[in-house]
Amino acid sequence: MLIRRREIDFLLKEFLKVGELLNCERYANHDGDTIDGLLDTAYAIAEKEFLPYASKADIEEPEFIDGQVKLIPETQAAVNAYSEAGFIGAAFAEDDGGMQFPWIATQAAGAVFASANVGFYGYGMLTAGAANLLNTFGSPELKSRFIPAMLEGRFFGTMCLTEPQAGSSLADISTLAQPLEDGRYSLRGTKMWISGGDHQLGENIVHMVLARISGAPPGVKGISLFVVPRNLVDEQGSSGEKNNIALAGLNHKMGWRGTVNTLLNFGEGGQCEGYLVGEPNKGLAYMFQMMNEARVAVGMSAAALGYSGYMHSLDYAMNRPQGRPLTSRDPEQPPVAIIKHPDVARLLLAQKAYTEGGLALSLYCARLLDEEMITSDPEQKKALNAMLGLLTPIAKSWPSEFCLEANKHAIQVLGGYGYSREYPVERLYRDNRLNPIHEGTHGIQGLDLLGRKVFMDGGMALGQLLRMVREDCARVSVTPALSQYAQLIAKATEDMIRVTGMLVADAGKGEAEKALANATLYLDSLGHLLVAWTWLRLARISLEALEDAPGTDDAFYQGKLKACHYFCTYELPRVNSNARILAMRDGLFTEMQDEWY
Amino acid sequence: MKKIMVGLKRVVDYNVRIRVKPDGSGVITDGVKMSINPFDEIALEEALRIKERGEAEEVIAVSIGPADAQQQLRTGLAMGADRAILVQTDKLVEPLDAARTLLKLIEKESPELVIVGKQAIDDDNGQTGAMLAALWDRPQGTCVSEVTFADGKATVTREVDSGLETIEVDLPAVLTADLRLNEPRYVKLPDIMKAKRKPLETVSLDDLGIALDPQLEIVKTDPPAQRQKGVMVEDVDGLISALKDKGLL
Repeated sequence: MLIRRREIDFLLKEFLKVGELLNCERYANHDGDTIDGLLDTAYAIAEKEFLPYASKADIEEPEFIDGQVKLIPETQAAVNAYSEAGFIGAAFAEDDGGMQFPWIATQAAGAVFASANVGFYGYGMLTAGAANLLNTFGSPELKSRFIPAMLEGRFFGTMCLTEPQAGSSLADISTLAQPLEDGRYSLRGTKMWISGGDHQLGENIVHMVLARISGAPPGVKGISLFVVPRNLVDEQGSSGEKNNIALAGLNHKMGWRGTVNTLLNFGEGGQCEGYLVGEPNKGLAYMFQMMNEARVAVGMSAAALGYSGYMHSLDYAMNRPQGRPLTSRDPEQPPVAIIKHPDVARLLLAQKAYTEGGLALSLYCARLLDEEMITSDPEQKKALNAMLGLLTPIAKSWPSEFCLEANKHAIQVLGGYGYSREYPVERLYRDNRLNPIHEGTHGIQGLDLLGRKVFMDGGMALGQLLRMVREDCARVSVTPALSQYAQLIAKATEDMIRVTGMLVADAGKGEAEKALANATLYLDSLGHLLVAWTWLRLARISLEALEDAPGTDDAFYQGKLKACHYFCTYELPRVNSNARILAMRDGLFTEMQDEWY
Repeated sequence: MKKIMVGLKRVVDYNVRIRVKPDGSGVITDGVKMSINPFDEIALEEALRIKERGEAEEVIAVSIGPADAQQQLRTGLAMGADRAILVQTDKLVEPLDAARTLLKLIEKESPELVIVGKQAIDDDNGQTGAMLAALWDRPQGTCVSEVTFADGKATVTREVDSGLETIEVDLPAVLTADLRLNEPRYVKLPDIMKAKRKPLETVSLDDLGIALDPQLEIVKTDPPAQRQKGVMVEDVDGLISALKDKGLL
């Protein structure tokens, strides 16, 4: 089921005030109607072309037949509808052939597509990501050769980073790029886990490939970025003969099966031609500059998949009669819908708090990306970039971890039916299980947060973030209906500040390993704190709406208040208990010896 | 044909769970997602296809409703209508008044064809198209699932209770669109931007010389009754007697 439109409208208009964002020059051509129009089209296509085939795309996973990838035929219609409507280029600047929609709006639309059928959504999302990378760092000649066709959906895109021997550790990649005399390169190597790596959906596929130019320095400092088309493309942009990229096999995934995942051999059977993007040896730096967007988008899709499961289990709970109330066990009484049972209410509220909170956090980051893009003040741009850098590992990881937990709860609500393939909640769980793994695993995000982002600029971004949390707590502390939550969040904030100080001091003393051993716990804790803060802000808006216009949508806003109550009462205390563990600087994980397992 | 006029009504989106106002005076529309009536969207799609086949030159989308109905007209323009007219009023407009208002627009624009949805999903009256044809004193083809044109006539397939009925109507005429007439296109994002530059004229009922003349009184609005709980019967005899009790056998 799709994310409810009311939810998206609430987050964009009431929480993130997209209207204010439209006052800038970049978005001068947009107004509330164009944003609504974008969402209307997204919902129409998601509902008719994506949602009905999510299950089929899972059951009939991609096959490798006669050297080609075979997808279910509905994939083509869906990606055509998506690209013909203009979604691939929606956020691109008009000068680059796009529609210049605010990032936050296209991301919200992306969440809707992901909630409908994340596998189909993968193709357009990857193509937009690859085009964005090329657009930012490629030469005008490369851009004009590839990007228009990508935005039209004639060429699809991929990201080729991982190799069989180099997964999370990109320093170890070994794909080689041999310079040819005319400035082109000949590539040779194997790339693993390439989503959308081969298929017949468009006339060509444009791979963004990390490789080493022969003689480059070892490690991350010797990695360059190349654009490598499946079929060679002439100056006029027409696709010609094959470029010797062999489809070596498909990976058979647990979920997210609608997006084919491949093993590719570059340079098998002949010369594979590639073109350097930007300068040599800067490939990883280029990739990382796009990482905030990509990782925030992963968190968004995690929230979308969690939300879809929440909708299914809510529907089931309202319509499944089973058992009698705890207060009246009379078997002559008709059974009640299971939503009336307190533990089912717990499972539903947890899902609501995780998924709506995760979606709000993701869209908040998308808004910061917009602000970073439109500001002309270099100081402000730098501060926003730092803030996003800090928030990115959390925006990627927290929804990936806890909206997956929501999918687990959705299965629980349906009981045995939830565990069967006749209902979609088990598929949604499997689909979402990818998110804590790809685009930097959960553990890597913890290291990124505690090992780098917390320290950036002397901890300025974290200081600024926690100041905002404290200010919001102080502001709300005078509102009787919310002050109890403000107090809880303020207490958790002080706990996080205290342990952050300790861990930073450890690192300063050269005890980095000790400081980082519990980085994942730190990541989860800061994530919980920020989601509680997000709920407090959502609750404040909801309370105001209830007071300003009673009777218009009371149930919606009451639900927000209750979810805030749930999160701050039942979830937030984890921050306090985690902070106690973190403060112990327990050495268990670094002391373990292999034989003790 | 030179012109086709299409009526687009702003209604609560079909995905929204309708809530009745506490005082029973109507349904809640504040803060509720509004859309083009789906049958009107089909009507517009058909007009656009007729134009794209080269059988018409201009498609005009018209609506009667509040200022916010501009949103639905903009959507119509983004789908491909050439221009739009909003007859702005915050009052409730009954089918007969809607037909009288549309007639004024017809007198102004002289279209050869008017297409509206066979009904609007808000009040399900299904009257405006037929009333308009009567007031205009022109032929009508209602509940249309297929239409072709030749020699100043339209050949119209209608969905009727007993199946399909094919009739021929002289133009100008009023058609009302049924569900199977077509599948409306998706609005493309670039066309949303282009629609902002297409003409959208706003007129008042006064401008058209229309004074609303309500014929209906809303006595009460109730949500649909909750579904009754089912009962298990012991055997076939039990089923038959249960059906008899309900007067179904």
